[in-house]
Amino acid sequence: MSSTLEAIDVVKEYPVRSGLFRRRTGTVHALSGVSLEVPKGKTLGIVGESGCGKSTLGRSIVRLHDIDSGSIRLDGESVESASGQDLRSLRRRVQMVFQDPYASLNPRLTIGSALIEALEIHGLAAGRRSERAQELLEMVGLRPEFVQRYPHEFSGGQRQRIGIARALAVEPEVIVLDEPVSALDVSVQAGVLNQLKELQDLLGLTYVFIAHDLSVVRYLSDEVAVMYLGRIVETAPTGRLFAAPEHPYTKALLSAVPIPDPIVERSRERITLSGDVPSPLNPPSGCRFRTRCWKATERCATEIPLLRTMADGTRAACHHPESETQSPTDPTDSQRTEAGAQ
Amino acid sequence: MTLNQQPLLTVDNLSVVFSTDNGPATSVEGLSFELNANETLGVVGESGSGKSITSMAIMGLLPRTAAVTGSIRFRGEELLTKTDDQLRDLRGRRISMVFQDALAALNPVKSVGNQLMEAVRVHSSDRSRREMRARAIELLDIVGIPTPEQRVDQFPHEFSGGMRQRIMIAMSIANDPDVLIADEPTTALDVTVQAQVLDVLRRVQRRTNSALLIITHDLGVVAGLADRVLVMYSGKKVEEADVEDVFYRPSHPYTLDLLAAMPRLDGNSGDSRLYSIPGAPPDPTELPPGCRFAPRCRYAMLGTCDRTPVPEQFITDRHVAACLRIDEVAAVRQEASS
Repeated sequence: MSSTLEAIDVVKEYPVRSGLFRRRTGTVHALSGVSLEVPKGKTLGIVGESGCGKSTLGRSIVRLHDIDSGSIRLDGESVESASGQDLRSLRRRVQMVFQDPYASLNPRLTIGSALIEALEIHGLAAGRRSERAQELLEMVGLRPEFVQRYPHEFSGGQRQRIGIARALAVEPEVIVLDEPVSALDVSVQAGVLNQLKELQDLLGLTYVFIAHDLSVVRYLSDEVAVMYLGRIVETAPTGRLFAAPEHPYTKALLSAVPIPDPIVERSRERITLSGDVPSPLNPPSGCRFRTRCWKATERCATEIPLLRTMADGTRAACHHPESETQSPTDPTDSQRTEAGAQ
Repeated sequence: MTLNQQPLLTVDNLSVVFSTDNGPATSVEGLSFELNANETLGVVGESGSGKSITSMAIMGLLPRTAAVTGSIRFRGEELLTKTDDQLRDLRGRRISMVFQDALAALNPVKSVGNQLMEAVRVHSSDRSRREMRARAIELLDIVGIPTPEQRVDQFPHEFSGGMRQRIMIAMSIANDPDVLIADEPTTALDVTVQAQVLDVLRRVQRRTNSALLIITHDLGVVAGLADRVLVMYSGKKVEEADVEDVFYRPSHPYTLDLLAAMPRLDGNSGDSRLYSIPGAPPDPTELPPGCRFAPRCRYAMLGTCDRTPVPEQFITDRHVAACLRIDEVAAVRQEASS
């Protein structure tokens, strides 16, 4: 399988400074050895809760910031060490769409000028840039005459489509979508999601789709990676992950998502996690989820579970995955307290 | 919940209009509903549907620039004509509210315990300090905060987002209110934390026998929590029914389309397309004369639906939809499910 995009053991840490002399007093472990692979033309969904590192990962892929170690590769070419002309060409090949495109659009530039600017920077569509700008708007389901309008004249859904058009302007191969629909109402969200699917089919795009909404991720992704405190805990083909999660965290996460169906919602088994996500300043030893896990044992505190391959293309980083345990044991307080001690 | 009992809260023909630079903006128009004891009513709608404005109107928290007409009665007593002092006595004690942003609602320089004690003291000043402290600890315990005896002396910043939202709930039930209004109480929270907070709300309501009015954009939250559901669109009620009817027998095209537009965790795989509702909700300063949803509706009869206001139609005595095409919608729905 020739993979377009690869991340190998990516580590990103942020120093925390405090006091008069801004001395380094701690480290935020944002990404602690993340590896993934997205085949060309496919969508990898990345899910996890606030602070799990999913946005940091997205930003590392488009190289909005440097990583501390590891490697990110596009068709084998490394992104993290590129500079000059190479970096510019990589930037063209990998684009990003943000949650709030309004913040990334110049309010004093018409949509047409913003698109033309992107084309100019990369020397694309010379001689026919205004036509190309109109084409791009049509591609994302907007009227071509909108080129003359300013960002404030658009609704949230339309702005998100403009954000996508801007990313498409430079003819990228990979688009990192960071929470692209989470600010949108349901009635507009569906249109944007469908549009993203169509564009992928049309242009053979590779997507990295970062979102906290699991239903949305399920709709768009071929494969899903679940992150918890800077690490991937499970990755699997979408159908498999949602039908038979291996990692206890994935299981708990899925069980917490409300389903718009009263009978289903009121009758299903729900795993309510106790406590909060530990601080990324001082993540637990061993498995980072163990402090909230009902299956945690002593081994989980001492030995970091590595992602290992299981049935149907699933990889899970757990010493006690679902398929290797009998009926799930009930979470008990004693287990939790034991596991809580470092 | 018996039918001949007087409802706790009655909202009757409520309208809220704001004056803006672009002329009057109608946030809520002709809204009526009832809330009974022990009942959870979910009000759903998207941004700008008027759901939060409705809750602010009930609490008497709207700014003076808002023109409020109609009637809001608590146990038969009109709230809209009450003075600020009279309302203050009612708020917190009989009707209380949980907001979306707990950090903004809590005082950062006062311990959580002092804030809880203040909430208790405002409405029952005869209690001793020791009694009030015990009550504060009890409240923290009710909402599931571990080791409440220690945490009662901590400050808001020492709690996580989910814990702060629990503190807000504790504060809102400090005086055993009859009506609890929760406005998007879990929207800012991660999904596992949301599950915890919804559990707390469910438990608290059962324990206090209060009526719960939950305002949310999330149909999933409503499916798990509400007995009855009111769907709002562009300031108007489009449908109201028992929770099963809204989800299994939606009768307004907007409700039907909204359900079809939601990707589901348990639905068909990603191969089937989501229904995408064309267009966007109307500008509140330029509302169409007829049904507000008509310009986006696939069932609309042009010349009728978009011209004249649509009366509410009863499907059963507990299920209403403001639509002229409920029979066509029912036919489509049955076809889709067979």
